[in-house]
Amino acid sequence: MTRAALLVLADGRFPAGGHAHSGGAEAAVRAGRITDAASLEAFCRGRLHTSGVVAACVAAAAALGVDPGELNRAADARTPSPALRVAARRLGRQLMRAARATWPSAELDALAALFPKGAHQPVVLGLAARAAGLGPLDAAYCSLYEGVSGPATAVVRLLGLDPFDATGVLARLSDEMDRVAQEAVETGERVVTDGVDVLPARSAPLLEIGAEAHAAWAVRLFAS
Amino acid sequence: MHLDHHLESSAAVSADARRADGSRRALRIGLGGPVGSGKTATVAALCRALREELSLAVVTNDIYTREDAEFLLREAVLPPERITAVETGACPHTAIRDDISANLEAVEDLEDEVGPLDLVLVESGGDNLTATFSRGLVDAQVFVIDVAGGDDIPRKGGPGVATADLLIVNKTDLAPYVGSDLARMAADAKAARGELPVVLQSLRSEGGVGEVADWVRGRIAAWTA
Repeated sequence: MTRAALLVLADGRFPAGGHAHSGGAEAAVRAGRITDAASLEAFCRGRLHTSGVVAACVAAAAALGVDPGELNRAADARTPSPALRVAARRLGRQLMRAARATWPSAELDALAALFPKGAHQPVVLGLAARAAGLGPLDAAYCSLYEGVSGPATAVVRLLGLDPFDATGVLARLSDEMDRVAQEAVETGERVVTDGVDVLPARSAPLLEIGAEAHAAWAVRLFAS
Repeated sequence: MHLDHHLESSAAVSADARRADGSRRALRIGLGGPVGSGKTATVAALCRALREELSLAVVTNDIYTREDAEFLLREAVLPPERITAVETGACPHTAIRDDISANLEAVEDLEDEVGPLDLVLVESGGDNLTATFSRGLVDAQVFVIDVAGGDDIPRKGGPGVATADLLIVNKTDLAPYVGSDLARMAADAKAARGELPVVLQSLRSEGGVGEVADWVRGRIAAWTA
């Protein structure tokens, strides 16, 4: 494993389309649920322990070599909102392009052939980590960090929140991300032996509902 | 890691000249420039001028709406399936330069769904004078400014004005009303751009988009040669 490759994959500037997505933050800002750094932190913590942990478990399992088709179906089943499923596949497709160009691998080529319009982003992320010579813990960290850094960056743009405050939120979530990442790897290892049904199915109803409402807005800054 | 591995079968990664099935992809031309300079109007005029002779499609990058795509649809310059809008997360320049994945996807989907295409026009969201397209997304780029935005823009330069493959100075019909000196704009542009071409254009006058359409035809001829 190479630590520098982890930095490349986790970098917010890695060109995989994430900049156009707010991770539900735009809907939450409009609904008045995010107004400042404290409510951003609560929002990110909620994501971390719901959709965040599910995505991290899927990414860790994919990095451990679990069948991507099965993981994709499991991710579908754990994403009730059609708008979120569309966003997850679109981001997966964009990550697939960036990862194949960055770390060419037969596994990524096979995934692209199987899902030309995109698999769920965490599935692709896990395989991208493998291609980069990284492990399941790295994949879980990337997934969790993206899950909270996306909303934090978006809220800086949406509310004019002080960028130092937004970054402070991410720093304060570090210990929790460490714990959830470990949990995700343990779950990923269980998936290898017991199948995808042991993946958690935690969800945040307001994220799902907010995503459906957001997808219908005529005017929005972010794609999701 | 296997950095010596070559991409096979499945889709192109970015600017590859061939599509997955081995056929030549469409020429991609980007149009950028400040808000209100006439990018969408130029795209619409190009579609009208070229749609009989070329198979073409348009990708728009609005900042926060589908306004530009809807203008093109309303004007019926192309059938709706040939126009796609990309959402840019409040950063139009990122979507055409730093992270081009959503735009590449839109271009490739258009080729898959309505192709074969000769030409895809990629219109950026209205941005500032520093916005340029990645060479991974487009083969050539046009920068559109207008006389009403201030006749000092060519002198101020910047990557768009200085390096675009074609500079359009638009709305020349307005020059007398806004006190812009066209001769000075042309001379400043020449100084900033050397041999790169400049077109002074008014879509409301007789010549319209003709000169720019001819430039596009030249690009197409070079691409397919």
